[in-house]
Amino acid sequence: MSVAAADVINLLASLLLLIAFAMLAQRRLLRLIHLFALQGFVLALNTAVVAATIGQAHLYFSAVLTLVLKVILLPWILHRLIDRLHVRWDVETQVNLSTIQLVGIVLVIIAFNLASPISQLAGTVTRGTLGIAMASVLLSFLMMITRRKAIPQVIGFLSMENGLFFAATSATYGMPMVVELGIALDVLVGVFIFGIFFFQIRETFDSLDIHHLERLKDK
Amino acid sequence: MSWSELASQLFQTVLAIAGAPLLLGWVNQCRAWLQNRSGPGVLQPYRLLIKLLQKDAVLAQNASWLFRVAPYVVFACMVLAVSIVPLVATDLPFALAADVIALVGLLALARVFMALAAMDVGTAFGSLGARREMLIACLAEPALLMVFFTPALISQSTELTVIVDQLAHRELRLYPSMAFAAVAFVMVLLAENARIPVDNPATHLELTMVHEAMLLEYSARHLALMEWAHALKLMTYAAIGIALFAPWGIAEAGVWSMVPLAVAVLAAKLALAGAGLALLETLSAKMRIFRAPEFLGMAFMLAVLGMLTRILVQT
Repeated sequence: MSVAAADVINLLASLLLLIAFAMLAQRRLLRLIHLFALQGFVLALNTAVVAATIGQAHLYFSAVLTLVLKVILLPWILHRLIDRLHVRWDVETQVNLSTIQLVGIVLVIIAFNLASPISQLAGTVTRGTLGIAMASVLLSFLMMITRRKAIPQVIGFLSMENGLFFAATSATYGMPMVVELGIALDVLVGVFIFGIFFFQIRETFDSLDIHHLERLKDK
Repeated sequence: MSWSELASQLFQTVLAIAGAPLLLGWVNQCRAWLQNRSGPGVLQPYRLLIKLLQKDAVLAQNASWLFRVAPYVVFACMVLAVSIVPLVATDLPFALAADVIALVGLLALARVFMALAAMDVGTAFGSLGARREMLIACLAEPALLMVFFTPALISQSTELTVIVDQLAHRELRLYPSMAFAAVAFVMVLLAENARIPVDNPATHLELTMVHEAMLLEYSARHLALMEWAHALKLMTYAAIGIALFAPWGIAEAGVWSMVPLAVAVLAAKLALAGAGLALLETLSAKMRIFRAPEFLGMAFMLAVLGMLTRILVQT
């Protein structure tokens, strides 16, 4: 593999990490969805570059699948959802950015340390980016924990799936086609179900704040 | 130190000092165009400097020697800072004496004198501006150091000339870690040069001023030096940005035939950087002063991430 291809793969991986942090810090719902679409796009591009580098045809299918599902279909559904829920211009105010960022850096260090022995075992050309993949999974997880509203949590969940997909690409050149298709279908159906949940939550509590769910009984 | 090196050093320093107001004027002009105004022209900072230099200085009654000395110290610091950044050639004998950490120190020294002078007269605005400036600076400085460490790790040196030599004159590689450092650097640049998301250079409204509030008591030649130092600071930052993230075109040491081309490339890069800065400023709104720590915390975090990525993927 040429040095240039490795450089491009590493650059795209770093971009993914950058986007993960941007999502962590983004307060506006609309921008969050844009960032999610961008993350999907970079992921698809990265998969395509890996496919071109090692000449594996099935990775092209994953790239196209990612592009269709995560850049076009899911953002479109999310846009429709926030329009129907009238939360397009929603801003999450209670986000303590400085602390979250520090926790984020610690997570990145943990992920890099965790990944280094694994990536030494892996024989793929993309093994260096495994740490970044794990970091994006953990950062998405952190985003789910720190958000109060339902929709950003779901976006965090979806971007966690992006991180897992990226981890699979960098550790073993992607999963078998059947598994990949299955996950894609699961994510799609998951978003539909979440959409129904949103309406139910709002109907019951008059807001999308998840913290209302912590109370089990009516007062 | 040979004559050729000395000439190169002198040429670059003079070029920076003379060109700094032009860069500032260009940024202001671009901003005016973007805001649908006709603008004062790119030469306006020079006219301002000439006007100020012709006037008689007025000092406050209780101004101490510190107040009078500060403009000269600040200006000298900025001249020194800009003379260790390679503009057109890596032939800089001064750079051997000071690396990027010393550069950050020089900028800090200028800032301390500026803040002290602002507090010296004892007006409310001066100390308000000084305090805000120190708040921003104490967050921007570690971020700037972290930005420098990524290219320093890549080229195994903290000297800017060596970094530029490594990045520009070796084989072309993509450094993902530098992408993080670049974003962080732009954020630090905006904060340190009193540009829009953090401070508004065009305002004299008491609630929003940071940098301007510190200069309120200055007049005539002192003010001229302060303004010039401010332009030089922008020039220094632009030159650092070019040296770290787009060093192609900077001539190698001792190759004088490449210098005319390098000057042309530098002018083009500075014009682009100035236009980009104006665009950034026009697109963003000024944030509350208490959001500045968040903004700079982000810059620091990105710079640290750049270093971590560098260590992880070794590119």
